[in-house]
Amino acid sequence: MLETAKSYAVLEEELQRLQRIGVALLGDVTDSIIAEYIWIGGSGTDMRSKARTLPGPVKSPEELPRWNYDGSSTGQAPGKDSEVILYPQAIFKDPFRRGDNILVICDCYTPQGQPIPTNKRAAAAKIFSQVEVSNEEPWYGLEQEYTLLQKEVKWPLGWPIGGYPGPQGPYYCGIGVDKAWGRDIVDAHYKACLYAGIQIGGINGEVMPGQWEFQVGPALGITAGDQLWAARYILERITEIAGVVLSLDPKPVEGDWNGAGCHTNFSTKSMRREGGFRVIKDAIEKLEKRHKAHIAAYGEGNERRLTGKHETASMNTFSWGVANRGASIRVGRDTEAEGKGYFEDRRPASNMDPYIVTSMIAETTILFQQNHPRCLSCQH
Amino acid sequence: MLTPSSLAFFENLDLSEVTKQIIAEYIWIGGSGCDLRSKARTLSCSMTSPKDLPKWNYDGSSTGQAQGDDSEVILYPQAIFRDPFRGGHNILVICDTYSPKGEPLPSNNRARAARIFETEEVAMEEPWFGLEQEYTLLQKDINWPLGWPVGGYPAPQGPYYCGVGANKAWGRDIVNAHYKACLYAGVKVSGINGEVMPGQWEFQVGPCVGLDAGDHLICARYILERMTEIANVVLSFEPKPIPTGEWNGAGCHTNYSTKSMRSAGGYEVIREAIEKLGLRHKEHIALYGEGNEKRLTGKHETASMDKFSWGVADRGASIRVGRETEADGKGYFEDRRPSANMDPYLVTSMIAETTLLWKPVGLKEKASA
Repeated sequence: MLETAKSYAVLEEELQRLQRIGVALLGDVTDSIIAEYIWIGGSGTDMRSKARTLPGPVKSPEELPRWNYDGSSTGQAPGKDSEVILYPQAIFKDPFRRGDNILVICDCYTPQGQPIPTNKRAAAAKIFSQVEVSNEEPWYGLEQEYTLLQKEVKWPLGWPIGGYPGPQGPYYCGIGVDKAWGRDIVDAHYKACLYAGIQIGGINGEVMPGQWEFQVGPALGITAGDQLWAARYILERITEIAGVVLSLDPKPVEGDWNGAGCHTNFSTKSMRREGGFRVIKDAIEKLEKRHKAHIAAYGEGNERRLTGKHETASMNTFSWGVANRGASIRVGRDTEAEGKGYFEDRRPASNMDPYIVTSMIAETTILFQQNHPRCLSCQH
Repeated sequence: MLTPSSLAFFENLDLSEVTKQIIAEYIWIGGSGCDLRSKARTLSCSMTSPKDLPKWNYDGSSTGQAQGDDSEVILYPQAIFRDPFRGGHNILVICDTYSPKGEPLPSNNRARAARIFETEEVAMEEPWFGLEQEYTLLQKDINWPLGWPVGGYPAPQGPYYCGVGANKAWGRDIVNAHYKACLYAGVKVSGINGEVMPGQWEFQVGPCVGLDAGDHLICARYILERMTEIANVVLSFEPKPIPTGEWNGAGCHTNYSTKSMRSAGGYEVIREAIEKLGLRHKEHIALYGEGNEKRLTGKHETASMDKFSWGVADRGASIRVGRETEADGKGYFEDRRPSANMDPYLVTSMIAETTLLWKPVGLKEKASA
């Protein structure tokens, strides 16, 4: 017994020593920095990362070298030709390592320079760089909902094992130990994102207990996707620390429980100007015409969530309304009153790929002409 | 020591080194009239005046305050306090709730209170309030008071009031943490004490002028429930949490004075005010908190709900006047009728309205605003 107690105490001391080093700012002793390269894996939602030492400080992605990883271990390449190349695209301050250390959002290419099939950023970048789109300065606000699950049982955090909490009602923006479960994770994530330089606009507790939301934006064009992925990465690192599982499943619990979405708020320069309400209505009409194509790309498993109940619109019908949370697209009262502003696409699921959704909305509303389709990915 | 391998490290991050942005937690009262709700947003820089803060909105259909197809409820920032949980320049914002057309929601008692406190007769009298908020701490999941044996009862009341010791004071860490957090936030907390029923505590807010009393009390309640959330304990403002047996209820006694009451000859003004309150007893009692009839039994230091009474140093009366006030000939009085779950905007404005604006039958009766 004594032997075990002694070795445990030694381990504790060792841990504390390592933690003190972890807190130490390397900038005191070296010009090197640590860059954590982050990419999206083969499922389209699993995030991966690894770190490397580089001479610092680094101010922009162009200064960073490309890298590579073993794609056969992430379902993205065959074993005998497994190298996938990482192109650095966006930099954020690393809230975990601090100092001059950075997080790097990357996308993935074959050695020949082709985006691999799971790389949705490349096609999005093409859309956002088109003159008609960039002229319109498309802004996005992404409302990322997510559910926290207990580690061993995959049941929502705070829910009794083998049972359910009291019905929905008290939890939305609720406080108190009987109403808010996981706030420490949410608040730690909020500050970590602000530290990282992500434009995180806010947080709130959601209708289903154990479910939360944060918002990213307003972000311009392709940066919306970069920032959302960086925020998701930081969130999963925070839940890792907390010993809790992060779920982006759109309907984590069947029954009278809300699902999780990623409502996407959108506006263009024309919509934000005088007379913008007309432009908004035109845009919504175009989205209606391409409803099927959008819905197919708005997240796996969304059909379990978009039932027409629990503040969603039914998956098969397209609708829109002012202040209507049961519609596919909601326009705020502010926007209606001022005659200009933005609208909210409520269809995307929490596990959507923001590169796909943001670029599709831009494509449909700015590029899509009903009789002259120039769009790159339409399916009608 | 906080390291990046703990959440507390991030919760306590001082962002002022990297950004001017601050986080503002907007707080409002939900559809039950007692449930507090909040959500946070990032602001580009530090703000000190509520007028500088943007209005916001929330989904009223999720709080019982709007329909799903027309769900926006607008938040008007009304008071700012420092955020004791996030530190730095981050803030708590007490808001009240309006329809998109600018009408206060039915559950918004602050708007009406504001009008009463702004009337000339009331403003001139500088009404002060001291609110004694009692509350009960409950064990999570079983909702039985903190420290009470599960399936049983503690020894009878007697040793617990202001008591010390592991067999007499249950939850002091929450109470003391709340006290300092409120002082940090800028909430005017004037004191705390352990109550007669074990697991029950009290804090006092005041003296505050007019509308401030409600704002400070709501902020104090918010901070308290965030504290109990951290402590894994349930907060209850139930007026009679243990309805059977010899156990006290929980009230929110409201102390009150006006400039006239605080000046020489004030005692007579106090007696007149109490008379008016006696004439409107039914109206007040109806709005002094849900479930109050379980608490105001005439026992356990309460007056019976149906009878109005007052007395010097009398804790069994509806209204108590302190011995000091009687001796000085001026001072304040204590309305002991409000329950712990009362709406402070409603109670404070009603007392001001009845004592300063209302004229009994016979004289011209002023209709309330």
